[in-house]
Amino acid sequence: MPSETTIFSAKNLTCVFGHGKKSTKAIDDLTFSIADQEIVSLVGGSGCGKSVLAKIMLNLIKPTSGEFLYKGKPIIDQRFHWREVQPVFQDPFSCFNFFFTIRDQLKASFGIMKTKPSKKEMEERVDQALLAVNIVPSEIQGKYAFELSGGQMQRMLLARIFILRPAVLIADEPTSMVDACVRASILDYLMKLKKELSMTIVFITHDIGLAYYVSDRIFIMHRGKIVEQGTPDDVALKPKNEHTMKLLDDIPDIHKNWISR
Amino acid sequence: MPIFEVDNLHLHYLTRFGAKIPAVAGVTFSMEKGEVLGIAGESGCGKSTLVNGCMGLFIPPLWPTSGNVRVDGESIMGRSPKDVRKNILGRKVAMIPQGAFNSLNPTRKIKDQAADMIVSHESNVDKKALYERLRQRFDLIGMETEKVLGAYPIQLTAGTRQRCVIGISTLLDPKMVIADEPTSALDVTTQKAVIRMIFDLLDKQIFSTMIFITHELPLLRHVANRIAVMYAGEFVELGTTDQVIFDPRHPYTKALMGAMLSAEPGQRQRKPVAIEGAPPNLAYPISGCRFAERCPQVRPECRVNKQEIRIVADRQVRCDYAE
Repeated sequence: MPSETTIFSAKNLTCVFGHGKKSTKAIDDLTFSIADQEIVSLVGGSGCGKSVLAKIMLNLIKPTSGEFLYKGKPIIDQRFHWREVQPVFQDPFSCFNFFFTIRDQLKASFGIMKTKPSKKEMEERVDQALLAVNIVPSEIQGKYAFELSGGQMQRMLLARIFILRPAVLIADEPTSMVDACVRASILDYLMKLKKELSMTIVFITHDIGLAYYVSDRIFIMHRGKIVEQGTPDDVALKPKNEHTMKLLDDIPDIHKNWISR
Repeated sequence: MPIFEVDNLHLHYLTRFGAKIPAVAGVTFSMEKGEVLGIAGESGCGKSTLVNGCMGLFIPPLWPTSGNVRVDGESIMGRSPKDVRKNILGRKVAMIPQGAFNSLNPTRKIKDQAADMIVSHESNVDKKALYERLRQRFDLIGMETEKVLGAYPIQLTAGTRQRCVIGISTLLDPKMVIADEPTSALDVTTQKAVIRMIFDLLDKQIFSTMIFITHELPLLRHVANRIAVMYAGEFVELGTTDQVIFDPRHPYTKALMGAMLSAEPGQRQRKPVAIEGAPPNLAYPISGCRFAERCPQVRPECRVNKQEIRIVADRQVRCDYAE
């Protein structure tokens, strides 16, 4: 039942692109709910509909049919919705404008708030957010997006989340463009967000190993359907569905035989 | 005789303010025929710069400082980019790039782009025989030939596109293939398909020697015979796959292995440990060990003494205190 403790609830949610013969069902009759302060991972290969679901959660795409509720109410006002639900995307370079300094853009993110804090408070909060993601504020003073490395930019997106403090974070493959070292630190910051701001996180990835590490619940998606769901231990260690087994099998693991030559 | 030798290679970028940034400093290795060498390291550690150096392709601002690269005993250094493209790329050394979509022309069909590869390297090609040859090669490497050759890049999926690029790069039977993160833009299932194709090509003797560059150490465990770990333009550890993965000796390799995670029982409690700090800025000269600032076992001497390669437990390690 949708209630105050349910963040998202979907009933027979369907999203179709195209018309007639060429139409594709990106999301196919999904029914699920995500509870407050839960970390849910959506796992699946390319084209399984996980990013479309993320965009529906952010109200960037309207579902074709079915019911999608945020805290038991349908989403009406985008601005109001975005105060509470914020994304972190895969490619940070496409998220920032190259013509403005990073700091200006971080400050501009206050624009979504109902009441803007004073200028001094703004600066303070930006500084705090930068320190929260281990970046000395003077390091990015007057710098533009193209002057920073991929790992630093990904952390800037997380700094934005620390500034806005939304109730829900949609992380759409935040670690697929960075190397293993930076990936570990970004996961650390996600854990920190969850702990400090008691956030609900929807974590989208194609790597079930990552999902196993971060989440409370895992949804395995295939062709727009959720084919398996459960706790990480159930899904990753005792998989029942063939798609889950395939996903687990495809991760290169140092201890197992992965591919024979 | 080694088929591919890199001898004390130093490369630098020349900025427009006249500063030299040594991106690759003193890399030495050699490869026998039939070997796969994996190179692992963080972003920005000089992996891709080393690739350009290994092809002998120097486009400003990248310049060679010193050192030599030999393919089959023949030096490929000191040539113009035009000469390199005509005589070395594709025949001696072929490269498989990371983003397949950026490497293909979106306005031309795959077969025309593949034909370009042959036309630009060989004289007097018969057009009819050319397409027949392409078809045979694509059949051999296990592609859906009819569907793929007549398609534009945008009509193919990311995995197929990457496999096309691999097919085109190896059309002229290169002696040596350099794969620069060929799978890091793909999901795990497609990654497996691409790796399977690379193994297939190795089995069919289309090419036999390969340098495979990635930042995923678990992937290298299955692909490479030997692994070199790179940090800030230097190799810090070079040994066989089992040595580097299961028994790392350099502190940096140990830290890299600590940052890995996988879906195994008991792993959920084990946190992946990120390496604190950032790699050094190479624009300023570094006196001591390059990893000293981030090393958990740092000693005062490390910041002063330059570390040299030495042999520890049958592999090369660039650390004076590794056991």
